[in-house]
Formats: sequence, structure tokens, C-alpha cells
Amino acid sequence: MYIYDDFDLTLVAERVAEFRDQVARRLSGELNEEEFKPLRLMNGVYLQLHAYMLRVAIPYGTLSSKQLRALAHIGRRYDRNYGHFTTRQNIQFNWIKLSDLPDVMADLAEAGLHGMQTSGNCVRNVTTDQWAGVAPDEIEDPRVWAEILRQHSTLHPEFSYLPRKFKIALTAAATDRAAVRVHDIGLRLHKNGTGETGFEVMVGGGLGRTPFIGKTIKPFLPKRDFLSYIEAILRVYNQYGRRDNIYKARIKILVHELGAEKFAAEVEAEWRNIKDGALALDPAFVADIAARFRYPDYKALSDNPIELKRARAADPKFEGWFRNSVTPHRTPGYAIVTLSLKPEGAPPGDATSEQMDAIADLADRYSFGEIRVGHEQNLALPHVAQRNLPALWEALDAVGVATPNVNLVSDIIACPGLDYCSLANARAIPVAQELSRRFKSLDTQREIGRLHINISGCINACGHHHIGHIGILGVEKNGQEFYQITLGGRADENAELGALLGPAVPYAEVAEAIEDVVAAYVELRERPNELFVDTVKRVGIEPFKERVYATR
Amino acid sequence: MPLVRNGAIAEDRFVRILDDMPVPDGLAAIVPAARLLADAGELARRNGALGVLWPNDRNVSELTPHLDRLALVALVFPNFRDGRAYSQARIVRERYRFRGELRATGQVLRDQFLCMLRAGFDAFEVSKDADAQAFAAVVSRYSVHYQPAGDSTPSMSMARLSRARPAAVLAEMPRQD
Amino acid sequence: MTAPSQQKLKVQGAAVITANRLSDGAVVYRTAAGAWTTQLADAAVVTGTQAAKELLARAAADENIAVGAYVAPVDVGADRIEPGNLRERIRVAGPTFSLPACIAG
Ligand code: SF4
Repeated sequence: MYIYDDFDLTLVAERVAEFRDQVARRLSGELNEEEFKPLRLMNGVYLQLHAYMLRVAIPYGTLSSKQLRALAHIGRRYDRNYGHFTTRQNIQFNWIKLSDLPDVMADLAEAGLHGMQTSGNCVRNVTTDQWAGVAPDEIEDPRVWAEILRQHSTLHPEFSYLPRKFKIALTAAATDRAAVRVHDIGLRLHKNGTGETGFEVMVGGGLGRTPFIGKTIKPFLPKRDFLSYIEAILRVYNQYGRRDNIYKARIKILVHELGAEKFAAEVEAEWRNIKDGALALDPAFVADIAARFRYPDYKALSDNPIELKRARAADPKFEGWFRNSVTPHRTPGYAIVTLSLKPEGAPPGDATSEQMDAIADLADRYSFGEIRVGHEQNLALPHVAQRNLPALWEALDAVGVATPNVNLVSDIIACPGLDYCSLANARAIPVAQELSRRFKSLDTQREIGRLHINISGCINACGHHHIGHIGILGVEKNGQEFYQITLGGRADENAELGALLGPAVPYAEVAEAIEDVVAAYVELRERPNELFVDTVKRVGIEPFKERVYATR
Repeated sequence: MPLVRNGAIAEDRFVRILDDMPVPDGLAAIVPAARLLADAGELARRNGALGVLWPNDRNVSELTPHLDRLALVALVFPNFRDGRAYSQARIVRERYRFRGELRATGQVLRDQFLCMLRAGFDAFEVSKDADAQAFAAVVSRYSVHYQPAGDSTPSMSMARLSRARPAAVLAEMPRQD
Repeated sequence: MTAPSQQKLKVQGAAVITANRLSDGAVVYRTAAGAWTTQLADAAVVTGTQAAKELLARAAADENIAVGAYVAPVDVGADRIEPGNLRERIRVAGPTFSLPACIAG
């Protein structure tokens, strides 16, 4: 947990005062909509189909129980009693009034929360591994670096009006759970030949209309140069990124048009000018930030305590949940518990205010008051003593967040789509709901194994459909909802974009088409644990295509 | 269009010279970039302060041979969403150590003042009167900044290091068994 | 992808002007009297590009009350006006599933 000090709190409070003034000037007509829109966007306020939507940043996916209660309060007091966790470690409220927003922001600020960097053409909320700080396979806690970057980029005077939004993700683990290769900048902490830890820097990844996998422009960047090098990338982008065409304004297009090498050379030239300046990182500064991440006072416990063994042996339901939703922790005797926000038939990623409050209480009781938010739209309790797992499971089940479908076919990632979003072509949530009903049998899901379905309601790809094992993209044909299906995408360290299966299918047929794809996979796989993506890689998409289109 | 200079509304002593209009002797004048590059020698010999209007898609490194003789560099925000001139300003101020007037022109609105100020601008051709009036209040809205930039305000990172451990913390983690 | 407000205007059948109310974002429709209403039934219905353009121009100029005005298709029945496409049906009726607050009871 990062502990805010009076600097951070002062800044957030001053931001609220500024926004209050901006909203007042808009409501009085002193600001017109064109002038106001970028200002509200910089505070995470969008105008959607039905109302304003507020997106609140959850930096690197770490929340305190107090913060989660603040979010529950916002849902209850100003919205319709729920919030939607997104693929970018943010939460969205869908029914907010502009006239309430200054008060909403003030309430959030009391818990150190805000909407800065969740929208607009600035550096967005920096994302990282939701298990950062507790994952056994990481070399250090990447949140320290995410926090340094968060601070540096917050209200940055030079980079608040970039050509387009700018997303940075960080990982420090062997398994990339932050999808760093599909971000504007991806950073991977690793050790070089001499044992020094630094960053591999990737640029120009991204999804959307023109998806790209990021290219490595610096295999090893020393920690000292972390900020200056990123500043150099941003400065090159700010000056040369395209501003004539919104669809070509992301850095990926600049990198693609210049070529990664030429782009890297530009960055390098700029960097040489600033690398020894004010941004060269003083180890004392890094240590100061790191010191403000507090780790729990773990007890000396051992793995596999008797309480856990007994419960696993006694209750197959508990055993099923344990095998699915509980992950090893780097501290003996502890575990990471994922809370599925994907119960059968529900909109992925939604949580009611009651659920948020209950989870906050459970976090206080069982997870040192800490909650994590992952890009798969699930939550996690990161520090649970293994002996408490049986009691926690019962409590989670009572709240409705213990569906043991994590990483299975019904753990679907979906954007809000046409039910909320003003940019959408087609609905995404009802497709996810229908699929989760069709695949509701846990036995079937376990038999299928790990499989990620991602759904976006338009080419903006907020549902990350390109990197879903199965991607579903809503398109519009003659005013009707159609869906393109892609296969074989993946977001991890072997990131790849999915390949298009064939012609788009209408709304009424999409769930069935996915069932066909899954059935074909089960028949085609070499062995039960061959991943869907690996089968696709091995056999290509033809056999899937035949299966899906034979009857259509 | 009101001019704010060094934090207060001020008289604009510069005249704008368009393309190849003659540059009157004895007057402070702002010439277009192309003119400066073409007639540098001649412009240097005249009496009167010289300024240049530099477009936001032209590399400011071309300005370096002339900066010593320039009293003013005006950068352009064609609309407030186009932020290229922020980078130009920082380079001109921080890298080239330009000490003359750095002026923001184009669509210059109140909600951008602080970014501009922190990027190194000290003069603003403000689009709306009310915004110019509000300048002092607007730029003092934030008392803290996270990052170092072109202005002289200390960044939080520096300020934090120069004092003892933070006193106020928002939430300590609950202890438990 | 292209929001209706950015589309080139070509109106074939009956249409209304819709927007979101500035203060709370609520879906509103332009009335014949030049006001805004939350009831589609009270909206001014126009036919053809020219009429739609005129009504839109006046509505768009009223952006301190309602923002993002655009032309939305409607089906006019004997006794009621129905939204002309799925997007507009969703704007009238809300999301096409029950909200989670209701599921949780
Ligand atoms: S992908 Fe499209 S429809 Fe879905 S949330 Fe993003 S913009 Fe909206």
C-alpha cells in the first residue's frame, strides 16, 4: 500500500477546487462545451449515452479498504449503487450528474482518489501487474516505478496536451500480467548480464483500429535514467506525433511511420540532452518512494496449514474454488485470492456498493486492508493467511464473488459497449452474459481449461479483443449488430494479435459461433492441457473456420 | 487581446510584422520565422527590439544562432489542444537558456496558464479579457507540483527529500492476526 | 465508431433532435417550442434533411442547456413515436439487461 502524504493530498484537494470552478463556469455558460470538454475529460468525466460517466483512477490497481468504501459510497450516494471495473485498473460510474461532480470529487479526495489521468490526451493511469509486491515470480515491486511515473506525469506541464492519450504499463515478473507489449510504452524490469536491474523499454504497442505489438527500443535502461528516457520519448512524441488525423495520432503510428530504429535514434538524441539533468534519479528519491509502500506485518506461518488441508479434503466446492481462485504468495503461509466479478449471467466487472463494502470489510479482516484490481476486471485480496481461506471463501461466496471461473471461458472481459458507450457499434455485455450462461457448467469449463474471451463494442478495443484467445468485436452492418471473431490473440510475454476467423456473424448467432469454436478446440487439441492459443498456433484457423461457417 | 506579462496585464510594446512588410526602425517588432531566417543580418542592424513568431511545427534548434539578438520569442497554440509549443518552450528556456520574453500566442485560455507558466512562458496573449483578469488567481491555484519543469518552483520530489519523513499519512495499514 | 453527431447529415424518414442535458446528462429531445423534454413523445418530429438541419442548428446553439445535439431517426406510429434504431432504443429505455443493483436485490 502506498501511503499518501500531505503533498499528495494537497494536490488532489487543489484539483477538486479547480474542477469545482470549471464546472461552475460551464454551468454558467462562461465556458462553452468545446472549451469545457477537455477539462472534464482530464478529470475522467465523459458524456455517455444516458448520463455522465466518471472514471476514477486506481493507480497500479492497489486500493485500501477505506478507498473501496469511498467508491461504494460514490455508487450509493451519487450513482445507481454500483460501479464497473475496467480493463485499465480504473472504476467507472455510469449515472453521475455534472452538477454533483465537484462533490463527488471532494468525497473521493478524502480517500486520496481522483479522476486525473483517466482520460484526455495525457499520460494515463500507469498500470502494472495486479499481483505486484506479492507475486513469487517478480524481481522487485514494480509499483515503486509506477508511482514514480504517476507522480512525474500528474499534471505534467509539457505533456498534458499530447497528440493523443498515452498508456504506460510495467511488469517485473517472468509472466507478464500487465500486457506491456500492447501499450504506448511497455516497461519490463529485468536483470542484465552483470546482475544490475533495469528496464527493457518497448514503444508503439497498442490495440484499437491499427493494432501493433510494441517494439523494443532499449533492451536495458538503468534505473537512474528511468524518468529522463521516458521524458525523451514523450517529448519526441509531443513534437512529431500526428495531429492531423485522430486515428493516426497515437505513438504507434509515429513509430510505424518513422520505423522503430529511426524513432529510437530521435529519442536517444533528445535523451542525451536531458539524461544528466534534473530527472536523473537520485537513489535517495527512489528509496523515499519505496519507503512509502507499506507491506503487511506478515506472521511466520507455514504453507498448507491443517485448516486448509481439512477444508480441501472435506468440501469439493471449496477445493474447486481453491484450485481455481487461489494463487501462491511470495510469503510462506499466505495466498493471493482472486474475487471473480463474473458470476453467471452478470455484466463483467460490475460490483454493487454492498459488495464493495463487504469486500472492504473482508480485506480488513483477512488481507491487511488491501484490495487489488486487475485488468481482467476481477478483484483480488493479496495477503490472505492460508489458514483463513475456508472462512474467507464462505464470506466471499455470500457476497457473490466466489465463482470459481477465474481464467476460464466464462471469465469474460467485456467493455460497456452499446448499452452505455456513445462510441459503440454493438452491445458487448449481453454477449458476455449469454456466453456465461451457455458455459455455466463448471465441469465443462474446467474441461475446456484456460481460455480468455474478450469483447469490444467497437474498434477502440477497450475490451482488448485483439489479445483475447477468442476476440469478439462489435461492428455495424445496415444498422444491425454484427460481430467479428478473432482467434489466437494473447496478452502475455508472447503477446500476439488474433487472426480474423471470417465474415462477421449477427448478434443472434455469436454465442453459438463461439460454442462451435470451443467445441472444435476441444476436439483438435493434442492433450487436455494444450492451451487454446497453442492449438490455434499449431493447426491454424482453418479448422475453426470450417466448423463455424459450415452451417452458416 | 490583453497581454499578461510577468503576472500582470501589460501594454504590448511590440508590433507584428506580417510576411515581407517593411520593419520600421526604432520600434519593437515581431517578425515571422521565415523572415528572421532570411534577413537575419539586416534585422540585426536596425534599432529596436526584435522578436520572432515561431510556428509549432518548426524545430526550435534553427533558432539558436539568433537567440542572442532576440528580445522575444512568440510560440503558437493554434488551438489549446495542440501542445507542441510546450515542448518548444521548455527547450528554448531550459536548453538554450533564452532569457528574453517567451510569449504564448494563439488560443491561450485560463485553464492552460499554469502549464504554460511552468513550461517557461512569461508572457501571454490571452484570448478572453476575463481570463487575463483572473491570471494571478489561476496560476496560484496549485501550491505543489510533482515534477521539476522550466519554472523555478521546487518539485515535490525535491521538497520531500529536503525535510524529515512525511508527517501526515492518510491511512496506516490495519494490523491483524 | 463515428458518433451520430459527427456523421454527414442525410435524413430520409422521420427524425427528432436529441442531446444530453448539460447539468445531469439526461437524454433529452428538442420540442417544437424550442425547449427540451425528456419525453420522446413530446419531441418535434421532422422529415427530410432540410428540416432536420434547421432544427438541429437551433438546438446546437442551445448548448448551455443540452450538449452534443444530433439527428436521431424515429418511427412514427398511429399513436406514438418509437426510437428508430437500437442505440436510440437504449437511450430511451436504458441498458438491455437488468442493472447489477437489481440482481443483487
Ligand atoms: S471499445 Fe468502443 S464500445 Fe467499447 S467502451 Fe471502448 S469505445 Fe465504447
